[in-house]
Order: sequence, then C-alpha cells, then structure tokens
Amino acid sequence: MTPAQAKNWDEFMEGIWRQNPVFVMVLGMCPTLAVTVSAVNALSMGLATTFVLIASCFLVSVMRNVIPKEVRIATYIVIIATFVTVVDYVIQAVSLALYDALGAFIQLIVVNCIILGRAEAHASRAAPVPAMINATGMGAGFTIGLLALGVVREILGAGTLFGISLFGASFQPWVIMVLPPGGFFVLGAWLLVFAWWERRKPGADVAEVTQHA
Amino acid sequence: MHESIGQIVVSALLANNFVLAMFLGLCPFLGVSGKLDTAFPMGVATTFVMLVASLCAYGLNLLLTSFHLEFLRLISYIVIIASAVQLVEMVLKKYSPGLFRALGIYLPLITTNCAVLGVALFQTAREYDFLQSMAFSFGGGAGFTLALVLMASVRERLQLSDVPAVAQGTALSLMLAGILSLGFMGFAGLGG
Repeated sequence: MTPAQAKNWDEFMEGIWRQNPVFVMVLGMCPTLAVTVSAVNALSMGLATTFVLIASCFLVSVMRNVIPKEVRIATYIVIIATFVTVVDYVIQAVSLALYDALGAFIQLIVVNCIILGRAEAHASRAAPVPAMINATGMGAGFTIGLLALGVVREILGAGTLFGISLFGASFQPWVIMVLPPGGFFVLGAWLLVFAWWERRKPGADVAEVTQHA
Repeated sequence: MHESIGQIVVSALLANNFVLAMFLGLCPFLGVSGKLDTAFPMGVATTFVMLVASLCAYGLNLLLTSFHLEFLRLISYIVIIASAVQLVEMVLKKYSPGLFRALGIYLPLITTNCAVLGVALFQTAREYDFLQSMAFSFGGGAGFTLALVLMASVRERLQLSDVPAVAQGTALSLMLAGILSLGFMGFAGLGG
C-alpha cells in the first residue's frame, strides 16, 4: 500500500473500530435501540443513515469555504434534512413494509448526533474525498453496531435470523428481547463485552474505562 | 382518531413513555441524568420547548398541507424547533437569569433532542387535532422529565455502591435503563 492508500485505509477503519459510533462513542442511541428488533430493520436503518452521512459530509465538505461560520450548524441541519427527506421518500417507494417498521425513525435520522458530529468535526475542514472516506467508515461502523444488536435481539427474541427460523418450532422465544427493555440490556451487554476486552489487553490496567457524557 | 385528552396524556406519560418505551431523547437521558439538580430543570425546559414546538408544528402543518408542500415538512420542523429553542433561551435570559445559568449548555442542545422532533412528527403522523397535540406534547415532556428524574435519583445512590470496574459508565446506565423500562412495561395498555 502506498502511504496515501494507507492513510485512506486508516481514515476508513477509524469509524469501524477505534471510533465506532455505537460501541465507543455511544452516539445515535435512539435509532440504535428503537429499530434493532430484527436484523433486517437494523441493516436498512444502518444503510439509510450511511447514505445520509456520506451525502451530507460530501456536500458540507464541498461548501465548507462558502458557508459563513455563524450559521454553519443551521446550514448543516438543512443539508442533512434534505437528504433525509430523499431517503424517506425512497424507502416509502421501495418497501412500504419496511417504511412502516422503521416509522418515524427514518425522519429522526436528522437529529442523529453522528451525522451532525461528523459534519462539524471532520467534513467542515477536510477535502471532499477524505471526508467521504471517513463518512463511509463511520456509516459502516454504525451499520455493524446496529447489526450486532439486531442479530442478537432477533435470535433471542424471535428465534430467527433475517426471517429464517433457526431453532425449529419447539423454541420458546425470549420475547423481552424484542421489547424496549431488551434493547437496553443487549447494548449494555455489548458495552460490557468491549470494556472487558479492553481490560484484558496487556498494559490496559491503568486505561480508564471510557466514560461518556 | 378518537382518543380522549386524558388517554393521550397518560399514554405518553407512562405506557408509551418517550424515553423508556419509544427510545426518544436518549442522549440527554444518558448524559444529563448524573445529578438530580440538573435533571429536573432539563426535563422542564425540554417539556416547555416541546409545547412550543408542538404548537408551531401544528400551525405549520396546516399551512404546508394547504399548499401541498408536505415534502418540506421535515426541514421546516427542524428550523422551527431550532427557533423555538432560541426563543426559550432569550425569554429565560431576560426573565429568569438564574435558571438560564443553571441550564447552561443543555439549553441549546435541546435542538438535537429527538424527543422534540419526535413529538412534532408523531402528532402529524397520528393526525391529532390541536388539543390532542398539546396533550401529547405535555404528556411526552412530563414522561421525559419523570424518566430523567428517576434515573438521576438511582444514579446518585449508585455513586455510593461498589460497582465492578468493567461495568462502570454507560454499560451500567444502560442496564439501569433496561430495568426501569421493564418496570414501565407494567403500565402497558393503560390509556390505550
């Protein structure tokens, strides 16, 4: 890999691993918990958010020298809202069942802090291509996070994966997992796993447990 | 839609609690629930913004529908909420500087609270009339405050207990939220 490729790869992997929006930064909690009752919902929500993220980061980056500093947040929000409206109508046209399942949470992508955070922290001071690479990584990281929750909740709560029955008819579904409390429990459990993993690493004794505000 | 006002309030407050059952407004719920002193004012301020935003969104929706501009709904709601937050900020600064200082940074952050946008979107989706919208946003705001205060009270107690190092921080808060949410499921069916 050339140094430039290595740098791009680094930008991309940052969102997937080191700065994973779901497990490390704990951002965008509302859609994360609300739509992950099944793997399909989780995947579609992740892809929709990724699209909005990439498109808005690209536009913000292209316009970064035009937008006055004072009104930048308002401008970002309007840009994001535009792309969310696009996604909203596209999903409604492609699959009405999915649209009903995700409900208002498609439109609520607007207030997903990951997107505004990326626009403000990265895209507003990077060239379009690196900004898009970074956004793609973040989007992929978010999608992986959603899938990790959706898969666990669907298997435990319904005994299926992507709608395919795994255990046969004798399986007693653990219904609580697809209900709201299950979302909190599964995400909490994932965070516990990651915290435990961090602590197992050699020399991590002094590493502080990630605190989030 | 023939839900009575009382049904809507009770449902938004308990059975379909915004935070614990509908997952709206989780960022402030996890972020500001460390201390009771900040949790309660935050809840009240959010409730107030919700009422203002719901009122504006109701009027705006009538306007947009009459011009067949429904695709602008999301963008205009967001702008309205941002302005409502600014308005609340200015009013508080003028008439209650003490509360303004106490809320500090949390006030502008209400703009990105999905519970506020959620109120506007849900009342549109469910075609609530004016009074129903007001009841819905009041119930939702009160429910948000209730969840925030409950969580803050539990977390204040937890400061004194010995928690395994791995579980400290967000993981613990999420487990707590799960247990609270489990409790709130007992209200299911209440208020219809």
